[in-house]
Amino acid sequence: MTGAEVRNFILAIVLFALAALIPLTGSGYWLSIGVSIATFMVLSTSWALFSGPTHYISLATGAFYGIGMYVVGLGIEILPYPVLLLIAAVVGAVFAALVGLATLRLSGVYFVIFTLGLAELIRQLVNWGQTTQGSSSGLYVLTNISEPMIYWQLLGLGAIVYLLGWWINRSRLGFALRIIGNDEVVAVHSGINTASAKIILFVVSGTVATVTGALLAPRLSYIESSIAFSPMLSFLVVIMALLGGAHKLWGPIIGVVPFMLVWDLVTAKFPNQTTLVLGICFLLIVYAIPHGLVGLVEKYRARARGAF
Amino acid sequence: MEIIIGGILLGGTYALIAMGLQLQYGVARIMNLANGEILVAGSFAALWLFTGAHLSPVLSLVIVAPIAFVGNWLIYQYFLLPLVKRSKNQGQLEVDSILSTFGISFIFVGVMHAIFGGEYFNYEYLEIPFQVFEEPFALNRIIAFAGAAIAGACLYFWLNQTRSGLKLRAVSVSPDAANLVAINVNRASAMAFALGGAVTAGGGALISMFVTFDASIGVLFTMKALIIVILGGVKEIRGSIVAAFILGLAETAVASLIDPGLTLASAFLLFILILLFRPQGLFGRQTS
Repeated sequence: MTGAEVRNFILAIVLFALAALIPLTGSGYWLSIGVSIATFMVLSTSWALFSGPTHYISLATGAFYGIGMYVVGLGIEILPYPVLLLIAAVVGAVFAALVGLATLRLSGVYFVIFTLGLAELIRQLVNWGQTTQGSSSGLYVLTNISEPMIYWQLLGLGAIVYLLGWWINRSRLGFALRIIGNDEVVAVHSGINTASAKIILFVVSGTVATVTGALLAPRLSYIESSIAFSPMLSFLVVIMALLGGAHKLWGPIIGVVPFMLVWDLVTAKFPNQTTLVLGICFLLIVYAIPHGLVGLVEKYRARARGAF
Repeated sequence: MEIIIGGILLGGTYALIAMGLQLQYGVARIMNLANGEILVAGSFAALWLFTGAHLSPVLSLVIVAPIAFVGNWLIYQYFLLPLVKRSKNQGQLEVDSILSTFGISFIFVGVMHAIFGGEYFNYEYLEIPFQVFEEPFALNRIIAFAGAAIAGACLYFWLNQTRSGLKLRAVSVSPDAANLVAINVNRASAMAFALGGAVTAGGGALISMFVTFDASIGVLFTMKALIIVILGGVKEIRGSIVAAFILGLAETAVASLIDPGLTLASAFLLFILILLFRPQGLFGRQTS
């Protein structure tokens, strides 16, 4: 480990420890924002693990998240909660592998289109399943898991994601992915199995999103398909990761914190204009900061260094 | 029989939607994910003209299509052309144009939501039963089908028989080579993009006669148009027309035999089958 890495590790541990103190302030508002930020930190960072190096825009986050919620919703009466988390992870991984096998062997556009409709597809299937079973449209998740507990669990998942991302970056797999992202033809010619590298990363990112959904299910206490498979979620994840910068492990969190604080205000003050605001954000990112906030910082640093 | 005719009529509608996207993706190389929103904007325009000025939706095409043409041309010039110039390769352009058109589609949804509110809309125009093989079908569906047939025939003739159509086909095959034989690639792309938008909005005006729509339904149309274009093969206008009928038949069959809530599932099933067995599309040529 180099000196810079040791410094970053200590910094990360201090930041995580500080973040873990938020529930102790006793403020409901900050705790609720903290849960949202932690949720999107996990989702965006795991999204960027896959989409950052490969440049494949995945819109499947909402589908995985909803699946996680439904696993908990269906099993909470029968099985203990930790077992359900494990099942959710397995289901998410298998599902991601299937989606990856069908789409990631082809060009990126097919993948984007496929994931665009995925959440809605699963929502339709869930609704159909529920009506043919004759059950009601929602599921109750009644547990004694409190909001601080959910928050700490999310932080723990976040720490796992960061360690995983750090490890992948150093491994042959991460190197392979960076080559694929730069030039897929070169990657194929240097003997990289591009499809399996992409599928492995997609499975990692899908599993994390599924577990996140499972962790948040107790917070809602009543799960409905239109909430679990919300189409907005996938877009929010993409926009926050890109705002921060998807090419660095710590990029997404830099986008998540300011975006969630502003987004909270927007949804409170202008609940009917959220889509419009989201659209403007997308355009701003594409045209003004294509490499995210991290990219801006890097650019100015390089310029400052060039001046000397 | 009812399923077959219903499916063919629905397929005609889908063909109309997919042709617009086909021009935009096949020639201008922009994966326009705001396509469905432009369609819905066409529907709202027809609704507004019909309720406000009692203008028949068929006649409103004369107003809707040119406005959509100009609007899409401006979108191409000011939003997408900078991306085309900035990107170093096709992959980069795809990522950027997907994100940018997402933004545009959200803005469309937001604006339409602000103007018309979140309710569902439909209106009654020419809902006269019309006998086809002794089964009644609403006349407005048949008009939309005829509109799709005319638009498809015109586009096919124009692309294959005229000089300006030839230019567009050349750009679709290879923008670099087209540039070498003195074709203004940017102008041809802008033309294709604008024309695609006009066809899409016109399709929206026609199908507003019998579809219930709201401000946020566009993404479903985008999905279906994308699936059709991929099913048919990205650069084949005949392919996407055939694919539109396949999708129309499949959806009608699923909706009437299994459950009306599963139409998207049937579209996805077709999509998965095509990805697994024939990713270049039914009519597409194998690229190396």
